Amino acid sequence: MSNITNLSLSEILESIKSKKISSLELTQAYIKNIENAKKLNAFVTTTFDQALENAKKFDNKPNNEQLLSGIPLAVKDLFCTENVKTTAGSNILNNFVPSYESTVTKNLWNNGAFLLGKLNCDEFAMGSSNETSFFGNVINPIGDHLVPGGSSGGSSSALAADLTPATIGTDTGGSIRQPASFTGTVGLKPTYGLCSRWGIVAFASSLDQAGPMTKTVNDCSIMLEAMSGFDEKDSTSINKKKETYSKNLKDNIKGLKIGIPKEYRVDNMPKEIDELWEKGKKILKDLGAQLIDISLPHTKYALPTYYIVAPAEASSNLARYDGVRYGYRSQKGKDLIEMYENTRSEGFGDEVKRRILIGTYVLSSGYYDAYYLKAQKVRQLIKKDFDDSFTKVDAILTPSTPSSAFKIGEKTNDPVSMYLNDIFTVPVNLAGLPALSLPAGLDKQGYPLGLQLIGKALDEQKILNIGYAFEKNCGYKNEIKKWWS
Amino acid sequence: MSLDKEKIKHVAKLARISVDEAKVDSLTKDLNSIFKFIEQLNELNTDKVEPLTSILNQSLRSRKDEISDGKIREKILKNSPEKNEEFFVVPKVVE
Repeated sequence: MSNITNLSLSEILESIKSKKISSLELTQAYIKNIENAKKLNAFVTTTFDQALENAKKFDNKPNNEQLLSGIPLAVKDLFCTENVKTTAGSNILNNFVPSYESTVTKNLWNNGAFLLGKLNCDEFAMGSSNETSFFGNVINPIGDHLVPGGSSGGSSSALAADLTPATIGTDTGGSIRQPASFTGTVGLKPTYGLCSRWGIVAFASSLDQAGPMTKTVNDCSIMLEAMSGFDEKDSTSINKKKETYSKNLKDNIKGLKIGIPKEYRVDNMPKEIDELWEKGKKILKDLGAQLIDISLPHTKYALPTYYIVAPAEASSNLARYDGVRYGYRSQKGKDLIEMYENTRSEGFGDEVKRRILIGTYVLSSGYYDAYYLKAQKVRQLIKKDFDDSFTKVDAILTPSTPSSAFKIGEKTNDPVSMYLNDIFTVPVNLAGLPALSLPAGLDKQGYPLGLQLIGKALDEQKILNIGYAFEKNCGYKNEIKKWWS
Repeated sequence: MSLDKEKIKHVAKLARISVDEAKVDSLTKDLNSIFKFIEQLNELNTDKVEPLTSILNQSLRSRKDEISDGKIREKILKNSPEKNEEFFVVPKVVE
């Protein structure tokens, strides 16, 4: 089977189960694709030998009862993997080899998958274009001059280029949904607490959440089912019964109420985004859903709130990188303090340093009330906007991003314009809600655009169902010319 | 408010990050544009709003204060840039 890697994860699983292809053949096909796609710079580390061993092991004794039987998977390099280098896209973790496995990746392996490699990302997941990585920017398979989105840019690029059948990312302010939107793929940010944060390199602990990135909604439900679940080692993990998202996936959305928030627009937003939104509304309406105008009045304050909360938590989380216990250490400096200062200055990139400084400042003596406390109060108002709306609607439909993929270098000199890219994704993280980005159309340049479905807390099944129905009726097809190989 | 270069150097000191003198100007410009953006929040009156300290409807779990692993000194020291048999090594602190 020559085109196995073009298929969706669920189709590949069928091929494995029916023995049309072995796990070894499948793994070899991905390795070949990866070796031909070095130009995309999607991988930081590959684990081919280990993957081939695991594939052979599976083929010798296939267990087809698992969710991810015999599937090789590449994952974002923010997930700690036992005895495999984990960098978080940073020089400061350039040589870090964890002696433990993150819960989320362990869940994937326990469901029959195995590691194919580690995917590039913005440094410590801080970025919206994958241009802040110490290992260089990642290229979007859509075009050699385009960013793949960020921070899970290696993940989105690898998935769209058929270098992995599915993948996982992390989303603190849009880092799964925005790259999914930029590459015409499906990305889900689950409810805060649904997937364990244990073993994931921390950025902003009250916002970080791991989630699947896939080619189809069905694939997304399989991956979410495999990776989620209660974990004693994460104190914010939600203890509830495990759901079977893939088995319960239904495309009947008749009678569901879909909220359309009037605030999800920005100045100079391309007309195409509005048209795409209209198209999305029409598809859902034709499927029997009821559209309801709603208001989320504090939307415009979500990004300023985020740029206090996230850097504050980051400055605290990243205090651990001191050049003593793990990671990079500078050889310069005459004493301990200078060693710290030089280690952190040489080890972190500019964007990370900028955010540590913002966070340190807003938490510093005399400024805490004016910034951090203020942000916590506005975060309450943003959450209340959603709580109020969800008494009237089942889900909310918005654009995923205010633009399609932009050019490499286009926004690197203006941090605020880069931050504005996350304007439609950030509110969801502040409120801890689940949201699904779906490929919905192309702009006039032929670049993918996404729509976002936001659900109530722990209502993943419903937004997956709506997404599933939408996908069947949208007619979106991601046809990427493989210019890089 | 605006951040001047001295303030930024002070914050960098608190964050234990040495700042290259040549980069202070551009850093000052960037941080001021970010803070101008952040300060939109001052338009909102939040006097009567409770701060959101957790988005979960549950309190943080605590566990029994018992050792659940241990004897992993080697694993813990493994990634250290400088160590001797049992300790992390840092530049001399006491004369």
